[in-house]
Amino acid sequence: MDARRGPLAVPKVRRVGFFTSTDPSQESPRPNRTQSGPADAITSSSSPLSDSPSAHFISPVQIPPSRHHSDNLASRAAPVPVPAPSAFRRQVANERTLHVGSYNPVDSLLGNSPPSSNGEVSEDSGSLFGFQRSDSAKLSASFPNGGFDMTMRVRAPQESESKAVIESEGRKKNVEASGESKSVATKSHKEKEPKEKPSKAERRASQERDRARKAAAKGEGSKRAGESSRANPSKVAKQPQLKKELPQGTSSVSEKRFVAVEKERRMDVPQTQMQYDDKSRVEKAKRRSVVEQTESKNKVELFLHLPQYERRNQLPTLSSNIFTLDTIHHAVYKVGLQHLAGDISGDNARCIAMLQAFQEAINDYATPPMKDLTLDLTAKINGYVSFLIECRPLSMSMGNAIRFLKNQIRKLPADLSESEAKASLCSEIGRFIDEKIVLADKVIVQHAVTKIRDGEVLLTYGFSCVVEMILLYAHEIGKNFRVVIVDSRPNLEGQKLLRRLVTRGLDCTYTHINAVSYIMGEVTRVFLGASSIFSNGTLYSKVGTACVAMVANAFSVPVIVCCEAYKFHERVLLDSICSNELGDPDAIANVPLRTNTKHSKTMDNNKNLQFLNLMYDSTPAEYISMIVTDYGMIPPTSIPVIVREYRREDLLL
Amino acid sequence: MTEVNPNPNPNHNGIVASDWIEQAQAAALLRYPVIAGRGPSFSVIEEFNKWRQQADLAEAVAAIRALAAVIRASEARTMMELEIELKKASATLKSWDTTSISLRAGCDLFMRYVTRTSALESEDFNTAKSRVLGRAEKFGEISYKARKIIAVLSQDFIFDGCTILVHGFSRVVLEILKTATQNKKLFRVLCTEGRPDKTGVLLAKELAKLDVPVKLLIDSAVAYSMDEVDMVIVGADGVVESGGVINMMGTYQIALLAHSMNKPVYVAAESYKFARLYPLDQKDLAPALRPIDFGVHVPPKIEVERSARDYTPPQYLTMLFTDLGVLTPSVVSDELIQLYL
Repeated sequence: MDARRGPLAVPKVRRVGFFTSTDPSQESPRPNRTQSGPADAITSSSSPLSDSPSAHFISPVQIPPSRHHSDNLASRAAPVPVPAPSAFRRQVANERTLHVGSYNPVDSLLGNSPPSSNGEVSEDSGSLFGFQRSDSAKLSASFPNGGFDMTMRVRAPQESESKAVIESEGRKKNVEASGESKSVATKSHKEKEPKEKPSKAERRASQERDRARKAAAKGEGSKRAGESSRANPSKVAKQPQLKKELPQGTSSVSEKRFVAVEKERRMDVPQTQMQYDDKSRVEKAKRRSVVEQTESKNKVELFLHLPQYERRNQLPTLSSNIFTLDTIHHAVYKVGLQHLAGDISGDNARCIAMLQAFQEAINDYATPPMKDLTLDLTAKINGYVSFLIECRPLSMSMGNAIRFLKNQIRKLPADLSESEAKASLCSEIGRFIDEKIVLADKVIVQHAVTKIRDGEVLLTYGFSCVVEMILLYAHEIGKNFRVVIVDSRPNLEGQKLLRRLVTRGLDCTYTHINAVSYIMGEVTRVFLGASSIFSNGTLYSKVGTACVAMVANAFSVPVIVCCEAYKFHERVLLDSICSNELGDPDAIANVPLRTNTKHSKTMDNNKNLQFLNLMYDSTPAEYISMIVTDYGMIPPTSIPVIVREYRREDLLL
Repeated sequence: MTEVNPNPNPNHNGIVASDWIEQAQAAALLRYPVIAGRGPSFSVIEEFNKWRQQADLAEAVAAIRALAAVIRASEARTMMELEIELKKASATLKSWDTTSISLRAGCDLFMRYVTRTSALESEDFNTAKSRVLGRAEKFGEISYKARKIIAVLSQDFIFDGCTILVHGFSRVVLEILKTATQNKKLFRVLCTEGRPDKTGVLLAKELAKLDVPVKLLIDSAVAYSMDEVDMVIVGADGVVESGGVINMMGTYQIALLAHSMNKPVYVAAESYKFARLYPLDQKDLAPALRPIDFGVHVPPKIEVERSARDYTPPQYLTMLFTDLGVLTPSVVSDELIQLYL
């Protein structure tokens, strides 16, 4: 295994209709790794570990951690002297155990947002240590025994009042109370240093130690806190997360250590999506979520690991909350609501809306006294991001944009005044939007238009704004061609494109996806849009794209994918099941103009019938002939080259 | 049409966007309207022809050498002027044979390679110019030696007793086979006739001189003989960004046959032939037509397919032998991206 990558978690039993068994043999190497350096004494002493997490321990499908995380991991341990790091590492360990789960591919960035990120690398927990961390955890870290008392004290006011006011107070208390916030702050600045194995092992060991101590000491108190926090579901709660974790710390020593090791392993690997079949984590997520989560009735076995669709139920609650919820900036809130209501669709639009909302939020941002702008702003952004995730899982492009933004925040020189920093950030965001999206689209159009000759029949699927631009531009410069628009239920996005093209005078044919093999015989080129393209050349796009691409391949029709480079991701995607998004199941059940009430009753009550509305699918690289990006026309095998050459400076490091 | 600098990094020095060059050119023309014979005593075409007279020199290499000579003879006083001169010379050379992909690719790569030095803008002109000249000469050297390098690299793939199918007259392939005989390898060659250019016959003649057992096939006999073939080696007119090759008409057929019968197809191409083209199908290429002599009189009202080249997609190619090493087709894009960084 690559030394820089985190330890891979052990897959555990997950009941999804077929059974996979855990492989216990993988765990044995674990303890060895953790026992390097000062970890030795620690691991031996940290034998008593809680085992209750193990009961809920269903590990997700593991994907190697992004470079981002590895660097963060290393930097955590490196610059801080031993006693301090172990203390907060302990706290970090606790944080880890609470993490309910990261929601999305964005997790790599959410690595920086502890509460929302699941088992994310510790550095993120560490970095937010100063500000977002629930008071209890933090305080307990700095004062192993006395922290418990403070924890209780701090929790009390929170339980009695509501919302963000307390939170911010609590946070401030955290910052001041913990003497290590500064050290943590320095650490967060160095998050990008390469990961070192010994430091990880040290960290793991200290985490185990910490868990052991915490579990032993804080069994009851946390339980009480956990229940009370349940009463305030609308808190942007990082606390309930932590509180919930503590009740689990009451079993035998060996199990505890096993679980802690397991958890570490699991947490070192950034989870790209929260695994929703893990009951405990779902509970935690619900409690700390801003958006009211309702139980969805329709659950498909194979897709239990994805967030179930509950959006329609949340919209009225959220809309009414807009004036009361002041942890989230109103612009971000608005974008969240737009996502929830389905008003925004299309990756570029979503990304731009989100970035513009962030711009506004940054403009209105004022650093609280005694706090560092970088850290606090990052924490705020993390809060916004979790909120947006609750509204709708983030897309890859949004994830990359957020990573870019956080990177920019991190890179702010320390001597800038607040207004200068804010202005610089806003201009960076503006530059990102202009360069990576707007300008990139123009370049793509220029390149792609050279591939359209007179007399062509072009096929496109769904609605992609880049493809629309290409077709309109080609028509403007006088090329003579026909367009076939393939559409599919339930979104029928192709109709939007059809309307726009017809009003501009293009020759269009419209059909549904069940006729794609019929129509493909007369098609000469296929143009597709993309949500993201992964390092192995796999295209991740709206569901149905794979179908169209494969049929085109069977007819030897070249498939051209148009995608801006900021949507590339260094992850690898092998299938459409592991990471996807679920849409509204009722949209499938309800066919417009077909109301058969008797029919729908039987459908509703039938336990054997489940509706599955997947939003995305993955197209293997061999079905793609060419990818047009703002860096030119490249074969699908060159995605990692672009990521390697161009993204290093821009986004990742 | 204005091209956008593919490199969005504003801090990257040394990459000159082509629209800058156009603007500067326009400005220069305005100031010196009688610039037509810029460098009147020096004509790039003459230089090119002079180089081409050297035996066996590929035209792209001759072009590169000629461009290097342009730099040497240039009287420009600023980098921009030098770039403009180079660009003009390059355009002249390309127009000498508009269908030659290697010529075009060679010139483009030369421009890219030479103007890539990041220190160009920070130093005084003369040092910069000498540095550019140094790079140009180096590029010329590399291109000249490319054939030898490729021949050496490909020796491992030719084993004793193998049967090689070749198509078209490629001097690189000839070099490979020559070096193989010098290394005392025993092999035989099947050579397609290569109608209508009769290139196969020429190649067979050359090989016979080297005492290599040669068998000539008519183009339609390739499938028939594919059983006894161990590998196919062809040259290339150009290597495109997808990793495919553009070569003499018939290469695609042979590659398809070899692929379906599981025989490896090797392409021997110098690195200056990497072009920034991306054909999606056969008709996507800039056409290169040539007279076809069927031997018998073609009746009237009958159309004749006169295209000289075809495009072989990368999935049918096994390996590329280049002076950068033995590469898989997907590396071409990698190299191009790095060069155009």
